[in-house]
Parts: sequence; structure tokens; C-alpha cells
Amino acid sequence: MRPILLSGHERALTQVKYNSDGDIIFSVSKDHVVCAWFSHNGERLGTYHGHQGALWTVDVDPTSTLLATGGADNTMRLWDVKSGKLLKTWDFLTSIKRVEFSSDGRQILGVTEKRSGQLGTIVVYEINPDPEGEQTDEQSLRIVCEDAKATVAGFSYQSQFIIAGHEDGTVSQFDAKTGELLYSTQVHEADMQITDLQWAPDRTYFITSSKDKTAKIVATETLEVLKSYSTDTPLNSAAIAPVKDYVILGGGQAAMDVTTTSARQGKFEARFYHKIFMEEIGRVRGHFGPLNYVAVHPQGTGYCSGGEDGYVRVHHFDKPYFDFMYEVEREQASANL
Amino acid sequence: MAPSYENLPLEDDEFDESQIDFADLEDQYQVRLDEGLDAFVVVDGLPVVPEENRAKLTKFLLRKLNSVGKVKEDGVFMPLNDEGKTEGFAFVEYNSPNEAVAAVKGLHGVAIDKKHTMAVNKLTDIDRYGREGRIDEEYHPPEAEPFQQKEHVRSWLGDSEGRDQVAMYRGEKVGVFWNNKEDTPEPVVDRENWTESFIQWSPQGTYLASMHAQGVQLWGGKSWSRQKRFSHPGVNLLDFSPNENYLTTWSHRPLQVDENHPVPLLSLEEDGKNFIIWDLATGKPIRSFATIDVPSSTDAEGNPVKKKMQWPSFKWSSDDKYTARMTQGQSVSIYELPRMNLLDKQSVKIEGVVDFEWAPATPKREAIKAYEQLFCYWTPELGSNPAKVGLMSVPSKEIVRTRNLFNVSDAKLHWQSEGAYVCVKVDRHSKSKKSLATNLEIFRVREKGVPVEVVDSIKDTVINFAWEPKGNRFVLITAGEATAGAPPRTAVSFFAPERIKGGAVGNFFHVRTIDKKNSNGIYWSPKGRFVVVATLQSQQSFELDFWDLSFEKPKEEKEEKDLAANLQLMNTVEHYGVTDIEWDPTGRYVASVASAFRHHMENGYHLYDFKGGLLREEHIDRFKQWLWRPRPPTLLSKEEQSEIRKNLRNYSKLFDEQDLAKKNTANRQVVEARRQQLEDWLSWRESQIELLKELGAEIELNDGKMQRETDGEVKEVEEIVEEIIDESEEVIS
Repeated sequence: MRPILLSGHERALTQVKYNSDGDIIFSVSKDHVVCAWFSHNGERLGTYHGHQGALWTVDVDPTSTLLATGGADNTMRLWDVKSGKLLKTWDFLTSIKRVEFSSDGRQILGVTEKRSGQLGTIVVYEINPDPEGEQTDEQSLRIVCEDAKATVAGFSYQSQFIIAGHEDGTVSQFDAKTGELLYSTQVHEADMQITDLQWAPDRTYFITSSKDKTAKIVATETLEVLKSYSTDTPLNSAAIAPVKDYVILGGGQAAMDVTTTSARQGKFEARFYHKIFMEEIGRVRGHFGPLNYVAVHPQGTGYCSGGEDGYVRVHHFDKPYFDFMYEVEREQASANL
Repeated sequence: MAPSYENLPLEDDEFDESQIDFADLEDQYQVRLDEGLDAFVVVDGLPVVPEENRAKLTKFLLRKLNSVGKVKEDGVFMPLNDEGKTEGFAFVEYNSPNEAVAAVKGLHGVAIDKKHTMAVNKLTDIDRYGREGRIDEEYHPPEAEPFQQKEHVRSWLGDSEGRDQVAMYRGEKVGVFWNNKEDTPEPVVDRENWTESFIQWSPQGTYLASMHAQGVQLWGGKSWSRQKRFSHPGVNLLDFSPNENYLTTWSHRPLQVDENHPVPLLSLEEDGKNFIIWDLATGKPIRSFATIDVPSSTDAEGNPVKKKMQWPSFKWSSDDKYTARMTQGQSVSIYELPRMNLLDKQSVKIEGVVDFEWAPATPKREAIKAYEQLFCYWTPELGSNPAKVGLMSVPSKEIVRTRNLFNVSDAKLHWQSEGAYVCVKVDRHSKSKKSLATNLEIFRVREKGVPVEVVDSIKDTVINFAWEPKGNRFVLITAGEATAGAPPRTAVSFFAPERIKGGAVGNFFHVRTIDKKNSNGIYWSPKGRFVVVATLQSQQSFELDFWDLSFEKPKEEKEEKDLAANLQLMNTVEHYGVTDIEWDPTGRYVASVASAFRHHMENGYHLYDFKGGLLREEHIDRFKQWLWRPRPPTLLSKEEQSEIRKNLRNYSKLFDEQDLAKKNTANRQVVEARRQQLEDWLSWRESQIELLKELGAEIELNDGKMQRETDGEVKEVEEIVEEIIDESEEVIS
């Protein structure tokens, strides 16, 4: 099917997210505005105004009632999805690079930037699920990253751990109750920033992408690297597709180098790899800047990508996507019948 | 307490300096005192004369001695023996040590008359080498080193699958690999920093040469050990003789060899030289030469023309017996090997000579029994004399054929690989010198009297020309008028001889021209028949056209003339940024390379079969060279070869089976590995789901959708909203 081009932003996209039903896409960009779109036709549902700086991150709670955003204006904000009302603003000393709800929607974490003498931190707040209710100012947990700052983070299954990816290529596992560092390991090449961390549906494993041109699937419990996907370009994002055993990777030549190379050189394609066999299956062209984020529909029926070029491209998968199977998968499938 | 100088631990208490042997260092850094005798030389080998003739001899000698420096007043001392005769030697004092050095260099080995040859040495050398203890009084025969078994240097030819090897230079690494068609090349050896600038195979593939600041090294054998080392500090280029007997190295900077800069194996004779010709078997230099400076010339607008050095400067005859170098516009110097002496002690004067080329194989000429080497040269118009192309036979120096040409602006010499033809591509200008056209003058070397055939149907300038190896067809590329901003369009033309009765080769005719191309490179398969016409080092176009010149087409399409060619374009492929094309020595595969030597975009290689079918592509950062390992000429006789060709079908059946079997095992392995991966993954997932169950968590269900309590309560409400945007009424009559 032809992709739907969402051209509502004026500057580079930074993150795109589906809600848990997959009918709405939230997108944030450097142009200070949060947009919500219908995923099936690309119609804009609304915008959320209030931020005073570039936006870095967005997340929606599992019931699609609350929306959290964070940006370069040093605030993390909570919105009512339905009305677009700003519910709460948390102020920080540095910008917010990542927000994420826990799987039950009762907690939210924010990753703060390391800048102007401030160390990078991961902060956690309890969330009141009632949009009318009062939100707390009190941090339930604050993890300070002494060595390398955290760039991405998220809650594991049961909100048992907080997993963070760091700028030096390590991944660490914290106790989500006490904030104690349980384990840390070098997953990607040293000093190659981890650019994204996205969960499998049950959060027992996750995928990380890095500037070292690889993406890796890591087990939540042991931080053991299960799968590795290597490409020829720095990666900005990686997503795990449900239903089919695929992963989608996005990236491209760093934005600052783009003008010096031809579009052909840029490698601005979404790449599909088989999750288990680690082989490339296909690519989707279209963006004319690096892909900053890829997100998959929770029911696995499509995906969308946000690019440095200012566009969101929404794709719905066609039949061949679902039909494609390796010989051994087909064997497995017929054995299970 | 902070450590200070006083309480530093004396760790080297036990260190005993006297135990170290500094002899080698002392030797190396021994100060050479100016002994005051540096300006003296000993001249030996003089005629023995009675006292009365001594003054006469001294006077005669001084004439020679003063040619390189100034001899001090009364600086020649010729002692007399008891019989009142000279001893045949003299001590000579120059004004400065430098002149003495020049005398040794310039006069040593110079003949005085027919019987006497001077031997000039420094006086200090006699002390240095002749000092007591340095030389044994008795003669000891040199000890012959015990024979050491060397590795077989051609073992790679015995590969059971008949694969070819390829050397790849990427980043700082050089590796040799087996070509495995579409599969990953199998590494044979891979080394970091193997070379400092580039690598090169010897012409028959025996050695791999690596370039270093100190010189050239050759590698080979099964273990890829060092086979030979040629020290030539600052070496830039090297060239092998066709049969791998000799090696030429060249450095832009003249060699500096003297007492303070000793170079292994090189002597004072090599000082100031640029070229060294080496004997490959012994690893010793045979002779060295300085670069001949080309007189700088100016182009039409008076700007100095940047002179390009011709490489190789020393061109080898096909049998390694001769090497020749041209002095632009004057002569060709032919040297005879293995002694490297000038043939007949003088250069061959060819006034105005611009270029020459040896026949790449010993030409077999009709009615000539003694097979001699042949080279072709040309001279431009000089005064009222026409331009000339000549063929000279060596060593007889007989001129076999000449041909006069008019209005010549440039000429290029192209030999066919077996030396059967030489095509002289002549660029001619019209009388007004405004337009250029190209003529091809084809010398049929094998036929009696060397007849010349002229192909002059070409209007445009020919930018590239190539003979079919071992064949008699050729391809050329012409360039049209340059249009502003874009490189000129080119046209590719194919030529073939007419097929005449009796199997003889008829006249050459034009077969077809393909217009509106950008192509500039012609790459024939080393076995002939197939040719790749490509666009290299272009910004816009990266096409490779694969042509078959002996395509079997249905009989009914007979053309009027029976030309020995049936043209068929087999495939056209693109390789972004292609810079080089390399056929493997068997003509089965073609590699196209985007080399980091030229640019840094998508460096890597593509591998095609001879039909242009892509087998493999790989992008490698800073990929520089892809070099197929050449093969030595086949040992099979013509009959044996044609026998194989006849039974090709039987052989190919066998090979097909082998290929299939290999593919099946490979596939099986892949499938097996995948099955394993899938099983591992599923069992891991099982364990995780188990873990979640224990924790009482919600489990991935409903196609990945979390099962939530609320799911049951969801009511679907369909809402239809109609919005009237505009309403207008119109009366239709």
C-alpha cells in the first residue's frame, strides 16, 4: 500500500509513537509542537501546544488517557489526550531526552541530559491515572549516572527493573524500587552512543540501536545479547515487530554530513531484518534525511518512521509481508497445525 | 613522604654494565677520523715503464686524472723498483677528499689503452680492508651453504576445484583469497600492514610484491613467506620481466649510497641512480641507471607541458633476453641479458623516436627461420621528412618494414597479444590543423613482406583501442565533439576480419558502432571472444556492457559479408563509482572495483561471471586493490587443448554435479543453522514466558496485544459526522 505522508511538522521529527490500540500516532519534532494523527488515514487529530523548546520525546499511557512529553525547555509535561489540556509540568535543570510510562501506566520515568555541570539522571514519578486528579511533585526515585550519561531508558516487565542505555555503549539494569545498580555490560562498541531502546510486547527482551551501525536484542533479566544486526550506516532507532519475527531499523548518515554526500550515499532507508536469523529481508526507501525514529503498530499491521526531513511516513503492511516465511519457519508452522 | 631524588630506589643494583657486548654499537658509531689521507687514491693497472719514460706516463695519466678533479702539484708518485722500472701503480693526491671520491667513481675500470685498465681505489680503503687480521693470508674457499628445500611456489595451481586466487588490499590489510563465486572468498592469508603503498603480482603469479620505504619484498609459497628482498630506499615503482627472471625498480629520488648510508647489496656504483635492474633468482643488482631527463617542451600556448615519465621505461622483450630504453627523440638503447651490456656496444640511433613497443610474443614470420624479437617504433615529421613507423628485428637490428605517414599529430602502437599484428593508431590533422581524424595502419607481421592494411573510415578521434587477445578482432572507442559542461559522447565500434576460404584472415571490416555512449574502457577476456566495454571514473555513468563477439545466431540471418563476428550484447550492469575492471586469468569472472585510491564513495567490489551476471557484491571501507593472481602459460600442447575443448560436454557434466553437490551441502548447512537458531529462540521464549507466569504477569497474547480486563467491556460505537462545507443553488433551465 502507498505510504501516508504526514507533513504537519516544520522541523525534524524526534520521536513517533503508536498508542496501545494502534489507532493514533503521536509525533514530536524540533518545532515545539506535539501532533496526534489517525493511523489508518493520516488525518490530524489535534496538537498539544505549550512547550517552549525543541521536543525530544513522547509517550502515551496504556489506556490512551495521558500523554507525557519532554524537551529542550527543561520540562516534562503531562497532557490529557482527549482534551489536549496541560495537566502537569515538571521543571528540571536540563532538557529531557526520554520519557516512558511503565507497562501498567502507574509510573513514569524521565531521562535528563548531562549539561551545565549537571550529571545525567533518571527520575521516576508516581502517576495518578485520573486525568482530573492531582499529580505529585515528588520524585519516587532518582538515579544519578556518574560515569556515562543515560540516553534512553525504560521499565521492564512488572516494573521490576529500569533498563538504561548509555552514551558509552553500555546497558545497565537498575532495581526499579531502590534505584540500585544491579548489573552493567558493554553491549555496543565503546564510546558509541546507544540511540534507542524499544521493548518486545512482554518486555522480557528489548532491542537497542547504536551509532556503531548495529542493533542488538538483549534479554531483560540477564542483559545477555541474544541477536545482533549489523548494517552499513549509523542507526538512530530500532523496533521489534509483533506477529512476524522481524525487526525494523532506521538511521542514515549523520544529519551534519548529509549535505556533503549524495542521497544515494545517505542510506535513508528503513531496513527489515529477520529477528531470529539476523538476515536482511528488505528495505523501504522514501525519506530524504536520516530516520530518527521507527515505531511499529502494536498489532503488527504497519509501521511509521519520523525523519530528519520533517516527515512522518506511515506504512501499512501488505500481504506478502505476512506471507513471507523461511523454509524452517514453514516447517515449524506446519508441525504446529 | 613524597619521593625525591635522594630516596629513589636503586633498582638496578644487580645490573652489570660490563656484561653487555657493545661491540656492534661501537663498530657502528666508530668515529672515522680524518686521517689526512682521504685525498689520496691508488691507481693500479698502469703499464710498467723504465725511469726515463716515467715523466711521459705521468703527464699522460694526469690528463685523465684531472678530468674529475684537480691533482695537487707533484701529486703523482710513481715508485721505482730495484730494476729501475715503475711498479705499475701510482699514488695520487688530490686537492680535496671529494675529488678523490669522484676519481674512484669516475675512473675506476677506465681503459688507458688496449692492454691496460686503471684500477682506482682510495688509499684509506687499502688500510681499511687490507689491515692486518682483516684479510686472511691463506685462501679459504667460501663455504657452500647446505641446500634448503624451498616451498613449491606454484602450489596454488593444484587446487582441486581449479579456483583462482585474488589479492585484496583494503584499509591497511592485504589478504589473498580463493575466489568462491557467490560465496565469501575463502582467506588464504591476511596480514596487517603488509605493504606501504600498493601490491603487485609477478606476471606469472609466482610472487606477490609489497612496497616499502626500504625496498621491494616478494612473497610466495604455501606459507606466504618472504622469498626475496630488494633494497632500494625510496622505491616508487617496480616492473617484472615477462618470464619473471628480472625486476626493475625505480625511485623518483636518486639513490644515495656511500659510506655513511650503506645499503645492503648496493655499492658506490648505484649512487645517484634511479633505476636498478635485479636478477630475481640471486636477488642481486645487475646494473643501475639514472633517469633520463626529458627536455621540457611547451604546448601551443607556450605553457610548459608536464612531462609524464613513461612506465615501464625499460621495456622487456617477450623472451627476457633484451630490455630497451628510449632516449626521447634520439635513440633506443638495447641491453642484452643476463649481463646487461649494451647490444653491439652502442644505442640504435633513431632520429626523432617518440615511442616504441616490443612484440608481446616472439613473432613467427613467414619465410623467416630465425625467430628474432621485434619492436615497433615511430618518428614524427622532421623538416621535410615524413613521419615513419618502423619494425626492427633484434639482435640483427635489421629494419623489417617501414611506412611513411603524413600529417601526423600523434600515433599509438598496439600489438596483438601473439605478435601477429601491430596496429598503429594515427591521429591525423587536416591541412589547416583544425580537425583531427584517426587512421588505423595494421601491419600483418606474420605475412610475407609485412603488408599494411589501412582502416580509414573513422571520422572522430579514437580514444581507446584494444585487440582481442589471441584473436584478430578489435574494439575501439571514438569521442565526438565535446559539449559544454558534459564530457563528449563516445561511440563504440567493433571490427572483424572477413572470413575467406582456406582459413586465412581477410581484410578488416567494420561490424557495428554503438552510438551515444559514455564508455571509455575496453576490457577483453584474456581468452578472447568476450569483451566488457565500461565507463570508468565518471561522475554520471557507471555502465558495464558485456559483449559476445561469437554469438551463435540462427543461420537464416546471413549478412552480405561473412565477417568473423556475431555481435550480441549479453548484459548491461551498473556499478556506482567503478574505477577498475579485472578479468580473472581464465576468463570466467570479471571483478569491478571502486577503489579508495581514486575516491571514497562506496568502495568495494562487484564480481560478475563472463556473461555479466552479478555473483557477489561487497562494500568494504577503504578498499584499494583487487588483483587476480596471474597464471603461467599452460603446459598442455595445442592438440591436448583442442581435445579438451572437444570433450567439454563430458567435463562440464562432472563440474555441474560438483557444483550442485556443493550447493546442496551449503544449503543444508544454512538450513540446519537456521533450524537451530529457531529452536534456540523458541526455547528461550518458553523460559521467559514461564518466568512471567511465575511473577504473575500479563502474557503476550492476542497477536501481541496485552490481555486487559477492560477488553471485554469495550463497546464499539460508530459515529458518522457529516459536515456541510458549502451550499449553493443553481437553476438548470
